[in-house]
Amino acid sequence: MSGLSIDNISMRFDLPDGGHVQALKDVSLDLQAGELLSVLGPSGCGKTTLLNIVAGFLAPTEGQIVLNGHQVTGPDAERGMVFQQGALFEWMSVRDNVGFGPSMKGMPSKEKAEIVDHLLDVVGLQDFKEKAVYELSGGMQQRVSLARCLANDPDVILMDEPLGALDALTREKMQSLVLKLWKETGKTIILITHSVEEALLLGERLLVMAPRPGRIHKEYRLPFADLGVGQDLREVKKHPDFAVKREEILGMIWDMEEEIMGRSEDAA
Amino acid sequence: MIPFLVYIAIFVAAFYVVSYIAQKTAKRDYTSLKTVTFGDESAVRSNRAASFISIVTLFVIWGAFTGSKMLPGFMHAPGPFFGDTSFTYTAEANGQRDDAEVHFRVHRPDETPEPIEIDPGEGFAKNDSELVVAWRSKLLRVDRNDEISKSDGATVVAINGEPIAPGGSVAVNGGIVTLSDKGTPSFEPDSGLQMEPIWLPSPEGVVLRTVEIASTGFQGSTLWEHLGFSLYRVLLGFLCGALVGIPLGYAMGLSDWFRGWFDPIVEFMRPVPPLALIPLVIIWAGIGETGKIILLFLAALWIMAISARSGVSGVKISKVHAAYSLGASKWQIMRHVIIPNSLPEIFTGARVAMGVCWGTVVAAELVAAEKGAGKMIVAASKFQNTDIVIMGIILIGIIGFGIDVLMRYAEKILVPWKGKG
Ligand SMILES: Nc1ncnc2c1ncn2[C@@H]1O[C@H](COP(=O)(O)OP(=O)(O)O)[C@@H](O)[C@H]1O
Ligand SMILES: [Mg+2]
Repeated sequence: MSGLSIDNISMRFDLPDGGHVQALKDVSLDLQAGELLSVLGPSGCGKTTLLNIVAGFLAPTEGQIVLNGHQVTGPDAERGMVFQQGALFEWMSVRDNVGFGPSMKGMPSKEKAEIVDHLLDVVGLQDFKEKAVYELSGGMQQRVSLARCLANDPDVILMDEPLGALDALTREKMQSLVLKLWKETGKTIILITHSVEEALLLGERLLVMAPRPGRIHKEYRLPFADLGVGQDLREVKKHPDFAVKREEILGMIWDMEEEIMGRSEDAA
Repeated sequence: MIPFLVYIAIFVAAFYVVSYIAQKTAKRDYTSLKTVTFGDESAVRSNRAASFISIVTLFVIWGAFTGSKMLPGFMHAPGPFFGDTSFTYTAEANGQRDDAEVHFRVHRPDETPEPIEIDPGEGFAKNDSELVVAWRSKLLRVDRNDEISKSDGATVVAINGEPIAPGGSVAVNGGIVTLSDKGTPSFEPDSGLQMEPIWLPSPEGVVLRTVEIASTGFQGSTLWEHLGFSLYRVLLGFLCGALVGIPLGYAMGLSDWFRGWFDPIVEFMRPVPPLALIPLVIIWAGIGETGKIILLFLAALWIMAISARSGVSGVKISKVHAAYSLGASKWQIMRHVIIPNSLPEIFTGARVAMGVCWGTVVAAELVAAEKGAGKMIVAASKFQNTDIVIMGIILIGIIGFGIDVLMRYAEKILVPWKGKG
């Protein structure tokens, strides 16, 4: 069977002082191949933990991840990762960063060069091929990250706030790029964000998580990602439903934050 | 004391002169337009004029107080008295008095001039002629050629007509005559403010000696052999230290067991100054090459191990995760992520280690060696060859600085990504 299944995941961190944090509790979710899921939630609700479990960097205390019929036990090239920032290899040129995955597989250099050239075209960085990554702007670096991930042709792409550190204008351009790449490549994508607008624009499905313990609060199916492909995202934002959904989700998260504040005041 | 005051005076005067000139020719770059400069570190730029004047000043003061021939005479501090002078002494014996002259020729320590020809003169006190080395006082046995000597009851009662008693002194042309407690006069030529070459040779003296040592050698080895030996020891010791220390540091950064096993050893050895190991190394390995290489190996080892360890620990976990997600194996992660990521730290460690090794080798050679920069300067100091000592210190400084500059240059070429992560 194809697709990603997050099966009843719980994650508990034991703390050195003897206590523990229940970062995730009974999280279950099925993703079809080619679906784009955005995950939203107040800070500390376990989004990063969930993504790390799917990536295979962490073993869950309960439950399992199943991808295309086999259980995930560790990191693998079938699940690519795009980090927020600083995960590029600054000792390599843009070209070598993008070609890293194929190199590790021992792909012939001619074939590799074709893939790298193609992807640099797609993300619009052909002219910066020989540059060192630290010479690029933040937005360009994230495009290199995307290209590096795609060069490996993974089944699933996991993104942890990939656009979080970018300025608003660059961010908007990158959102269009993500949508375009998603449509063109048909990858399964999980994208974590703390921006409600971004989650609405980029999520074919949207997951709102709640904290303490981290769990799925509500799930949406949205039309905006499909509308946004090949269209100005500002037009999508004018869609009457968009503002309604945004207010609804903002309110939801607002309530959660209030509750957290209230609880910590009680504790104090 | 006086050279120090002169130095401060030049410092202050140069500041006002340069500020005045700078004001007249002010540039309008970004920093010069900053209104807040006190406390803004980036607004403090090393003043090139100050650096230049500082170096020139050092040499000028050095030259002025050593009578350097490279400076015009009027810039010299008052020098010691050189040349011929004389005074008259009055001897008294058996109730009679007689005058006689003492002639001096005051000369440089490295000259042996002819004594002044004199004729003995009348009376029982005869004229004397003496050679005196500048800066040195000389006891004058003026009675030795007199008809009535001190042991026969003659005493010196006046110098240049001024009465003098034992313990007293009289200023004469070119110096001071002091009568010792036992009544023997001694002459101390005026020393002026210049340093004697044996304390501080002139700059050109040092340069000339450098040229001489470079061609004829010192203590059986040429200058280049001495310096080359020191450098060779440093390079070999450092290389051995790096060859063992870097893998050890990697192992400590990658494995609990290695970290636990070696942490106490490394943390204990790190604060022990390598110089404190010299006696033990001499006991164990003698004063030959082996001992020195072991010492430098130990000096470099801990520094390199610690820098490699922190280079590994400093790798951002997201880079390692990214590499795993891109399908890299453990070995590939080591080769393509951990090693390149740790290189900047290792280079920093190598710079520190080279500096420590250079200092340690000179110290070890001071203690015991046949050849080497340190050996050269202790040997020279035993023969009072101050010029060689100073030359040695300057060359040691230049080489140490040169090593650091080379390392920084290599760093720039080899790890351009330093600090860009
Ligand atoms: N290694 C860890 N040890 C202990 N607690 C952790 C660890 N990683 C995450 N947590 C806790 O788990 C919770 C979820 O964290 P995280 O997944 O980073 O949240 P998010 O990404 O949604 O902001 C937080 O309360 C955090 O403190
Ligand atoms: Mg997070």
